Amino acid sequence: MSNGVSSLSPQNAPAVSISNLRKSFGALEVLKGISLEAREGDVISILGASGSGKSTMLRCINMLEVPDSGDVRIGGETIKLKKGRRGVEPADQSQVDRIRSRVAMVFQSFNLWSHMTILENVIEAPVHVQKRSKAECIAEAEELLTKVGIVDKRNQYPSHLSGGQQQRAAIARALAMHPQVMLFDEPTSALDPELVGEVLRVMRSLAEEGRTMLVVTHEMGFARDVSNRVVFLHKGVVEEEGPPAEVFSAPKSERFKQFISSHR
Amino acid sequence: MDFSFMRDTFFSLLSGVPLTLNLALTAVAFGAVLAMLLALMRMSGIRVLDAIAQAYVFVFRGTPLLVQIFLIYYGLGQFRPTLQELGLWTFFREPYWCAVLALTLNTGAYASEIFRGGLQSVPHQQVEAARACGMSGFLLFRRIVFPIAVRQALPAYGSEIILMVKATSLASVITMMEVTGIAAKLISQTFRAVEVFVVAGLIYLILNFAITRIIMALEWWLSPHLRRPPAVEPRLEAAHV
Repeated sequence: MSNGVSSLSPQNAPAVSISNLRKSFGALEVLKGISLEAREGDVISILGASGSGKSTMLRCINMLEVPDSGDVRIGGETIKLKKGRRGVEPADQSQVDRIRSRVAMVFQSFNLWSHMTILENVIEAPVHVQKRSKAECIAEAEELLTKVGIVDKRNQYPSHLSGGQQQRAAIARALAMHPQVMLFDEPTSALDPELVGEVLRVMRSLAEEGRTMLVVTHEMGFARDVSNRVVFLHKGVVEEEGPPAEVFSAPKSERFKQFISSHR
Repeated sequence: MDFSFMRDTFFSLLSGVPLTLNLALTAVAFGAVLAMLLALMRMSGIRVLDAIAQAYVFVFRGTPLLVQIFLIYYGLGQFRPTLQELGLWTFFREPYWCAVLALTLNTGAYASEIFRGGLQSVPHQQVEAARACGMSGFLLFRRIVFPIAVRQALPAYGSEIILMVKATSLASVITMMEVTGIAAKLISQTFRAVEVFVVAGLIYLILNFAITRIIMALEWWLSPHLRRPPAVEPRLEAAHV
């Protein structure tokens, strides 16, 4: 299968757009003015060496990191920021909470809640943040857990599961929010090599459903075969960008050439 | 050893158990609220609140409980007119409330450090996952931070509860007839200090044994995630996508 998942169709509405994002940690400027737009149905792989700013960029989208300047728009709504005592901060926490409940995130180290069973993890935010009925959420959670292949683990705790199973549970938790956009922050980097495949299979099936996904990854196979756009960051700027067929076969940037050859 | 005397003493001292438990549990209940407040002040990042909480903990951990009890019971008596004006005298004239207050202030200081340790041990990633789902403020605290912190703090907090049960014996010096108070009275009547205190010690042991078991049961109930998983459920294995 190739990049027939979706194309850069201009009629699709923008789901996420960030413009001129800047972020420094102390003296270190991690993002130096990044702009990026994801339309509905886009699957964008974000590549880059460690320290290139790719995770920070992803975390700025749901305000886990607050950018020093620049705009983040989700579904046409700009996240309001203000100057606070400790630098820039969200102007309206309830707006951020509302947007976060529509932008799900899957973390490198799964970050499941250790004191809850897998099922409780999946229904937690739908019930307590989105205030949906518990019975409905449980039924849906069981469907989602079936979909990711761990419904038999629903009453177990995260510590009882393998890394791959935990990550699939975390994906089910993200899906339970009915997100408009899904952010994946190196979802397979903490997994043993033999467990990577099961997580990538789930992610591929999500892409085939037409979900909007931004994926920070080191999996070249995923970037090449599943995503419809690849963004390569280097030292806080977008160094190369385009459909995978183009950028992988004819990279314009020397750095990206080097990056590809070192990740074969 | 006169065993029939010890048996009689045992039953006399048992009549003090309700007051011992009453003092301990009341102080633990109020103290837990105070401790949570202090722990949140310490972690608020607001310098004034942090400093106040730190000073409080320093004073109440750094001075003997007996001194605190004396100061509250006898010391505040000197300010009787002022307290009467404030309508607080009915409270401070009762040794029971003075004892509860001293014990509460004391356990509040110790437990706040235990709670702070529990709160600080909550994994940052789990909090971040909750934020990313749209949780913040009290919801985040109630659903994620607090439940995880309690599980971390419970073993240490169990010891604090046991310390409080034993600390109630100091209330006997301000006329409270709890287990130790009754024991002291019996000794003054019979001059048989060894038997009476052996029995009193035994009663504290029994109380604390029961409390230890309750806390262990609570820990067990709260930590299924730390035990081996249950035997695999009937396979509902779904085809992997």
